[in-house]
Amino acid sequence: MNGPLRHARHLIRVAALFVGLFVVFLFAKAALVPKDFGLYGHYRPSALAANTTRELSYAGRAACVDCHSDVEESRKGSKHARIGCEACHGPLARHAADPGAQAPVKPDPRAFCLGCHAQNVARPATFKQVDAEHAQGEPCSTCHGPHAPEKGPKP
Amino acid sequence: MSESRRDFLASAGKLLLLTGPAALAFDFVVSGRAQVAPGYSAREHWWGMLIDIEVCIGCGKCVKACKEENGVPEGPYFRTWVERYHVAGGVSEHPDVDSPNGGLDGFRERYRAGDGAKSFFVPKLCNHCATSPCVQVCPVGATFESPDGVVLVDKDYCLGCRYCVQACPYGCRFIDPRTNTVDKCSLCYHRITKGLTTACCEVCPTGARQLVDLKDPKDPVHEFLRTHKVQVLKPQLATGSKAYYNGLDGSVR
Ligand code: HEC
Ligand code: HEC
Ligand code: HEC
Ligand code: HEC
Repeated sequence: MNGPLRHARHLIRVAALFVGLFVVFLFAKAALVPKDFGLYGHYRPSALAANTTRELSYAGRAACVDCHSDVEESRKGSKHARIGCEACHGPLARHAADPGAQAPVKPDPRAFCLGCHAQNVARPATFKQVDAEHAQGEPCSTCHGPHAPEKGPKP
Repeated sequence: MSESRRDFLASAGKLLLLTGPAALAFDFVVSGRAQVAPGYSAREHWWGMLIDIEVCIGCGKCVKACKEENGVPEGPYFRTWVERYHVAGGVSEHPDVDSPNGGLDGFRERYRAGDGAKSFFVPKLCNHCATSPCVQVCPVGATFESPDGVVLVDKDYCLGCRYCVQACPYGCRFIDPRTNTVDKCSLCYHRITKGLTTACCEVCPTGARQLVDLKDPKDPVHEFLRTHKVQVLKPQLATGSKAYYNGLDGSVR
């Protein structure tokens, strides 16, 4: 070999190596990147559906009212009417699907109310708060029903 | 001969120029049909959250509900949490901030009434930024902005490299110790795609947190945004945050 490429052979070898590696890269990319990647953006579209599969813990207030319309009735017009049932009763999706499967625990009638109503300077002044003297150790339910507290015990 | 070659080059050039917009248009058409759950079309929604500091009572129900609903691990891992601010003597550069156990068990009284300071609660969560810094740094596309404006994580694709944890200006991400992948608020994507509200909004007793759909013209949020002075956190970062705070104090970071 005496042509002009005489001194370029080592360059051609390197170039061939690069081309070879590039082809390998293309194959690897085709094999590893999911087919629909990038359909909506730089991510796997299946991740959207995967994020929706989790089971519910909280059924939502509308579900409770289906069966416990009497409770909803007694809350009407009260200051507690806006509060979701599960804010006080905890997550009850299994109970809502099958009432026998999960028995709701009744909240402790004192500590539980104070979780929201205890005096705290960081709370908005418009929110009604009570100090330790308010009930003097009696459970709040003696004088306030939980579903319509300003209407006296148990409506 | 040369005439036809010129023609050919011209039309080839035009075609080449058109493929870009055509590809974009095709993407748009396809994503218009993004069906992620039965009866739910992602393009018809644009989710965000409204947080009203003026009515937050710091009861911590949202933190608890979030952990329950999303199986967030015990301990110092939170998808949402509540902070208590105490701004003494009007020095808003150095507020006293605490968040015992993320506010999960509520807040014991620490301050005295009438000490001349300002004190209030600030619920925090992922801001679901429209152009999110965390999405930009992900090397594999495992975190992304969904077509309905929720920043989600592809748990099966995440490497656990922690770039996004560093990139989030709001500190909303953590590494799940069980899987070693990243976790964060998904705006209860499994709930909102079924027509329910998020767990935190479900249990909020005062309406301090409200899920909002900015694409729904009937959503009361439009009226609220019009009549209130609403802010986002760190607006100077221009992340397109969609967590709107009413009554936000200048001391809140
Ligand atoms: C499918 C109908 C149904 C739905 C939906 C339902 N419940 Fe119930 N629930 C029942 C029945 C039936 C009982 C009575 C069980 C008993 O008395 O032993 C009950 C009992 C209860 C109790 C306990 C009463 C007691 O005396 O101890 C509570 C609290 C309760 N439900 C709350 C809820 C909440 C909160 C929801 C919403 C998440 C809900 N329920 C949804 C049917 C339902
Ligand atoms: C402010 C907190 C609170 C909210 C909100 C609340 N409950 Fe209750 N609920 C209680 C407490 C506390 C008791 C236990 C009363 C007792 O021990 O006598 C109770 C008892 C019950 C019972 C047992 C039967 C009864 O009437 O005592 C049912 C059923 C019930 N709740 C359903 C509901 C439903 C359905 C909703 C939503 C529509 C709801 N609750 C909202 C606090 C709450
Ligand atoms: C999840 C938080 C929460 C819990 C738990 C809770 N409350 Fe309330 N309570 C509220 C809210 C919110 C209001 C309405 C405040 C308003 O609209 O101004 C309210 C209002 C009241 C009021 C009426 C105050 C007024 O304006 O006259 C009374 C009384 C009351 N609650 C008593 C109770 C009692 C008793 C319990 C325990 C069974 C209890 N609350 C548990 C959140 C709570
Ligand atoms: C001995 C009966 C009694 C008990 C027990 C009791 N309360 Fe009351 N509570 C009242 C009466 C009466 C009022 C209305 C008078 C008033 O406004 O002070 C009231 C008012 C309230 C108010 C409204 C306060 C306001 O400023 O308007 C709240 C909130 C409240 N109670 C919460 C509680 C909580 C929480 C408990 C349990 C720790 C509790 N109460 C226990 C009798 C009681």
